[in-house]
Amino acid sequence: MADKKAAKAKKSNIGFLSSIFAILIGLLVGFVILLICNPSQALPGFLTIITGSFTHGAKGVGQIFYYATPIILTGLSVGFAFNTGLFNIGASGQFMVGSLGAVIIGILAKDLGPIQWVVALLGGMALGMLWGAVPGLLKAYFNVNEVIASIMMNYIGMYSTNWIVKSSPALFNALRNESKNVAATANIPKMGLDKLFPGSSLNGGFIIAVLAIVIIWVILYKTNLGFELKACGHNRFAAKYAGINEKKNIMLAMMIAGALSGLAGAIVMLSGTGAHIKIVDVVAGEGFTGISVALLGLSHPFGILASAIFIAYLTAGGFYLQLFEFSTEIIDIIVAVIIYFSAFSLIVKILINKFKQRKNDKAAAIANANAEPGTEDKEGGNK
Amino acid sequence: MDVLNFIIQQTMYFSIPLLVVALGAMFSERSGIINIAMEGIMIMGAFTSIFFINISSKMGMAGQLQLVLAILIAAATGIIFSLFHAYASISMKADQTISGTALNMFAPAFAIFIARVIQGIQQVQFTNTFRITNETLANIPIIGAMFFDEAYITTYLGFIILIVSVFVLYKTKFGLRLRACGENPHAADAAGINVHKMQYAGVIISGALGGLGGLIFVVPTSVNFNADVSGYGFLAIAVLIFGQWNPVKILGASLFFGVMKAISASYSSIPLLAGLGISSYFYKMVPYIVTLIVLIFTSRNSRAPKAEGIPFDKGQR
Repeated sequence: MADKKAAKAKKSNIGFLSSIFAILIGLLVGFVILLICNPSQALPGFLTIITGSFTHGAKGVGQIFYYATPIILTGLSVGFAFNTGLFNIGASGQFMVGSLGAVIIGILAKDLGPIQWVVALLGGMALGMLWGAVPGLLKAYFNVNEVIASIMMNYIGMYSTNWIVKSSPALFNALRNESKNVAATANIPKMGLDKLFPGSSLNGGFIIAVLAIVIIWVILYKTNLGFELKACGHNRFAAKYAGINEKKNIMLAMMIAGALSGLAGAIVMLSGTGAHIKIVDVVAGEGFTGISVALLGLSHPFGILASAIFIAYLTAGGFYLQLFEFSTEIIDIIVAVIIYFSAFSLIVKILINKFKQRKNDKAAAIANANAEPGTEDKEGGNK
Repeated sequence: MDVLNFIIQQTMYFSIPLLVVALGAMFSERSGIINIAMEGIMIMGAFTSIFFINISSKMGMAGQLQLVLAILIAAATGIIFSLFHAYASISMKADQTISGTALNMFAPAFAIFIARVIQGIQQVQFTNTFRITNETLANIPIIGAMFFDEAYITTYLGFIILIVSVFVLYKTKFGLRLRACGENPHAADAAGINVHKMQYAGVIISGALGGLGGLIFVVPTSVNFNADVSGYGFLAIAVLIFGQWNPVKILGASLFFGVMKAISASYSSIPLLAGLGISSYFYKMVPYIVTLIVLIFTSRNSRAPKAEGIPFDKGQR
């Protein structure tokens, strides 16, 4: 029992180390690119990325949490599906229909009054859940690869969102080619965060996101459902053999993942910071960032919380980078390199094992030398 | 008749890049490596080659020679970029989807960043001097619109690549070995085939065709390159699956997608469709919905390479 725990701790340790290793390499590559492009500004620019978000006091920190909110949820969506052995590349589409649901209820259902924002959030979640259910259904009953189905759903989601918003005069602001403002009662309350981080755009959405992290953690690690889901992730056929209804679980996992991404989209639209659905044929980036967040956070809810805040911190730092002659895309480059190297957990494992082996060899040699100083020569001679 | 010609012409502009990129992805997947990074590879290939056209135009270069050089540059860029995917997924046995996702994220950011550093703005302008029109041949019905009216040498190149692909995949030793690696790498290994080498070859071919596809997509449909290929890399993977990993069926799938794209881009000038009053969004969505439906019917007995996505490990049984 104790051995098992130790082994588990070691495994997560290696995962953690490989994330740190990937982050360091990502930052290094980012610095080298800055250095090549503009040597004189590279160092101050790089320091801005690292420290930028802390130079603005409570407002700066509040902004980090504000940027982190949607990617915590899309990251959780992707990470939750990873735990069930599914790759939810469709977080973007679920995010977009989630924002559509929130915008429709946020604009049209003015009669709901103070609970309008709650209903709007639920509406976004429901649409996201529906968008996740389609690839889940196709995977469970028709053996369709969920990656391809999700990619298709991304585009279907993007086009139908734009179609619905654009064709409805009640929703569409033709002058700015985007959705209209949601009603004031549809905005998520600040929940006291505006007092804690004055001047920032932070709102209750962050608290909801953190709650979602805790709920998903409880589901995954403290319930039968979570156990069954993870069993399906490890080996679908073994799970089926053990009497788990693997089809139902695949559906359920994709629906929960979809609801989380839908919630992310809804929160962005209801954050009271002037976010709108823009009518452009571009798939939302938050879903893809969610993939990065989940990978970097090793698909564990708390890891996802940490990595989302980390990526938001880099993004916030990137905004101050415009003082120099660099564009903010350097942040995406750094994150991409981090993800690339986090896929390399094997390198870290090999390095660690080599290091350990060398240490063990040395220890063994010393132990040998101490224990039987006489016999060592003989053994060496025999070989 | 003019409308029909116009649609056929547009269809070629959309179909040929899809065909080329899907064939590239096919070589990678047939060797057992999922290459979801086609989008990123297209962006990188288009970026360097369009940049080349931009710069060489200023030096007075134009016409077909410029395009041929751009094609070579696009393919070379694609190869170099795809090597990152090959190294991660073959040598390091990393998760192929993760490595592909990272490359997809890297490419547009890199293209925008470098373009801004070099020229201040992210759009790379270029002058299109590559259209070929042959007045007499253009009058042949359908074929004329496909190949001789404002056509590009890349259209011919696309069909040449298709024919070569069929030949290489089914009629050569290399093709047989490549397919073996995708179906059962351990058997291939036992037969003395260097599986890792074959998989590198598959990914490199996908890189070359992906980079080329990026250039082919941007040149006829735009006047500048904005670090974006409108999701064509993902669409090409859908075409590949729609075409069941078979080059000839891939041609059919890419023509279907191309027709739908052409209709959604120009439906308002088609009297029959404009009369129906259906939104252009409908035509934009149809290829994706049809792909989903086709997947439902084909996935039970999918022709996907059996060992796809599983890193080859000699010691594993």
